[in-house]
Order: sequence, then C-alpha cells, then structure tokens
Amino acid sequence: MTTYYTKEHEWVRVEGDSATVGITKHAAYALGDIVFAEAPEAGREVSKGDDAAVVESVKAASDVYAPVSGEVTEGNDALADNPGLINEDPEGEGWFFKLKLSDTSELDGLMDEDAYKAHCESL
Amino acid sequence: MTMADPATLPLDAWHRAKGARMVPFAGYEMPIQYEGIIAEHLWTREHAGLFDVSHMGQLILTGRNVDGELEKLMPGELKALKDGRLRYTMLLNEHGGIIDDLMATRRDDHFYLVVNGATKEGDIADMRRRLPDTVVLDHMKEQALLALQGPEAAAVLDALAPGVAELAFMQGGLFDLAGTRAWISRSGYTGEDGFEISVAANAVEAVADALVADERVKPIGLGARDSLRLEAGLPLYGHDLDEKITPVMAGLNFAIGKRRRAEGGFAGDERILGELENGPVAVRVGLFVDGRQPVREGAGVLDRQANEVGKVTSGGHSPSLGRPIAMAYVPAAMAEPGTHVKLEQRGKLFQAEVAPMPFVPHRYFRKQGA
Repeated sequence: MTTYYTKEHEWVRVEGDSATVGITKHAAYALGDIVFAEAPEAGREVSKGDDAAVVESVKAASDVYAPVSGEVTEGNDALADNPGLINEDPEGEGWFFKLKLSDTSELDGLMDEDAYKAHCESL
Repeated sequence: MTMADPATLPLDAWHRAKGARMVPFAGYEMPIQYEGIIAEHLWTREHAGLFDVSHMGQLILTGRNVDGELEKLMPGELKALKDGRLRYTMLLNEHGGIIDDLMATRRDDHFYLVVNGATKEGDIADMRRRLPDTVVLDHMKEQALLALQGPEAAAVLDALAPGVAELAFMQGGLFDLAGTRAWISRSGYTGEDGFEISVAANAVEAVADALVADERVKPIGLGARDSLRLEAGLPLYGHDLDEKITPVMAGLNFAIGKRRRAEGGFAGDERILGELENGPVAVRVGLFVDGRQPVREGAGVLDRQANEVGKVTSGGHSPSLGRPIAMAYVPAAMAEPGTHVKLEQRGKLFQAEVAPMPFVPHRYFRKQGA
C-alpha cells in the first residue's frame, strides 16, 4: 500500500489497481468546519483533473478533483450525514471515494509524503 | 478602496497570540476564526463572545442643528433621540438607496456614529459634501471598538464596569473599564444581549485581556460574526444592502420614524414614502434551504417558469439550526412566509421556502416593567 499526494491537497492510497481518495489534513484544516460533502456514485468514470466531489465549509465551497483516472467503485456514504468526519479524520474515516485505476502510470506524476510536506511548507 | 496592503488593527498581535487566522477584510488584516467558526458561534449563543470590530468607523458630528442636518440624509427619528440613546439608521442617497447602515447615538451636544469599515471613507466624504459647513465631522482614527455578545455578557461586563447591567437596550454611557474610560452601549450584531465598547486604541489590549480573563468569554472571529448576524436576520452592508436597495425593500421600515413618514424631508423621501404606501417591487426575505448544502450569495431565485426573478444576497450553514439558511431579494408576490421557491447555484437546483426572520429569536435585554 502506497500513499500519494497532489498539489491540490488530495491523498490517494493505492493497493494494486484500487485507489482510495480523500483530502489531506492540511486541506481539512484550511477549510475549517465542513458542513456538506458530496461524493460521486459508483459506476461514474472520471478522468484525471475532473471535478469528482464537492466539499463545503462554513466559509466556502470547493471541488475535489480526480487525482487519477478510473471508474468510481464506491463513494463514502457516511459523509452525507456526517460531513464533520472530514475534519475529524481526513486521512481515514473521512475518505471521499474509491476508484479502479485505468492508468497506473498516472501515479508517477504524484508526490510522496515527503514531497507533499515540502510542498505545504513552500506555500 | 486602494489595493494597498491591508492595515493592521490595534489588537493585531493579540489576535495572532490567541491563535487567530487572519484574512484581509475591509482593508484590514482581521481574525476570521480562532478555534473554529461553529464552536465560536455556539459559544456566543450560550456564553459570551468578544469581537474586535475596530475596523468600523467611529465618527463625531458636532455643530448647530446637527440632528436636523443628519435627518436630511437619514430617515431615522434623530431630533427626538434622548441623550445616551442609540438608533439604527441609514445614510441614503438622493434616490433613497442605502449608502451605509449605521448606529447613531446622541451624546450630550454631539452625535456619535458607528459606520461600516469597508464604507467609512466613502461615508465621510459623502457627509462632508452634503452637510453644511456648520456641522463638523471628526473621524476618531485612534479609537478601537470591541463587542461583547451573549447571554453572559452582562454579568461579565458588570463585574468589570459596575452599572453597565443597568443600561437599557440601545442605551449607552461612560464607564471606567480596565484602567480607561470606555463608551459602552447595550447593542450588537448577533441577536443576543450584549455591549459595544469604544476605547482609545492604546487601551484596548488591557480591556481585551480583562474580558478574556473571565472564563465565560472567548474571542470570536469574523466567520462566526457573519453566521450569528445571518441567523438574527440582520443585513450585511455590501451584500444584503447597497445603493440600489431602499430601506423599505430591505424590510427596515422600523428604522423610519413615524414623524419622518409624515413629514419626509430626507434623501430619497419621495420614493421611500411611495414604497411605504404602495409596497416595494422586491423585498428582502429569509429562506430555509432544503438539504444540507449551503446556498450562498449570488445564487439565483427562480419562479415557477424557471425565470430568474431574484438573487440570494447572504447564505450559509446555520450552526444553531444545523441547516442552511439564506437571505434573498424576491418579487413582493413571492415574499409571503411559506412560499416555495427554487434556487440555482452552479447549475444545480435547490428547493427553498420563504421563512420569517429572525431565524433564531432575538434575546435583546428588555428592562422589567420599563
């Protein structure tokens, strides 16, 4: 299992050709209190860079982009009733959706944890 | 407003030391939140919240017939305002549009005005242009302003400034507080009982420290200030009010004095008295939005034929109600509470229902038997 990160503050946890996607602690902290989240439904095809999910804090609405291409296999249904999960456990229970990767080579363009930390510190 | 770097508040370092996240607002670096907007919001509804609103403009107007001269620009009853009493009123343009909304207090021989931070320079220029030379306007640039709001505010402040708990709603007076002289009024922008505290900028840190030394008080950021005023149904200038909106459209008829309605004699009076008589074309309403997703400023209000007939001017999550609420301008025919409307935001439709305001009841202090 390997975890990758994007400049848009998403994490992608990969096992074989399956990936789980969420937003990072840094992103959840920056957004503040999250009051709404909408995850995509299973079966939806997303391409890298597409709007895949919506997250809204008290302050503002943000899109969550698909960090890699693939078919959504599951959206996190728990977020609809408890969007606060994203603040409580952004890199665990607060995941957004799972994907079956269509092109594992896309992972090469993502950051590892150290590179992502350096990216956050440079902001 | 120029694009110059934001100015800093007298309490800038204090906010940062308390863990505030600072954002540019109204030309200042201001605290948007400390521990979190929802927690701060609920704390204010249950205990007491301390807000730094030193970005607001504090003005002194003096001169012969100052009340009569201000009445030419504002629809409020100012001539009959008693010493030490405040009134919510508006600076109007010649078409009856709102240049700013403000608090006016008669203090001895002068009027003390508190105007919005983002509009203060424009207000000052406008008033200096339209008021006669006999009225002198002084901008108190070295004055800070705090607000202490919430059901425990009176007990907290009365322990530091004995006597403030005797103030009536919309009354102010001078008190000794934390080693300085403070003008304290019983007023605010949250719907709760509370006070606004005007002190010299060089004394404000001692006042803020004295207030948060009481465990019932926490500092509260701009984020919760916005959600609190939205729940209280109070309009925010630049969002729910602007120069194209009249007091009648905004549902602020209470701020137009009875004598003023009979006599007129204020900027835009013809239009405003006509709207009072015949009703305005569009009005500000509250909305309960179905579901959980906030609908924010700029969303369209649609009629049954899906034509856009209005706009959401403020909207967001209500921490007290745990649901999205909004304010919008709609045609008068759609303004009745219970009316179903559709909203459109980023291509998505939302169901909403016109709701009476305030969304959360006001709990202003009312003197027993007064």
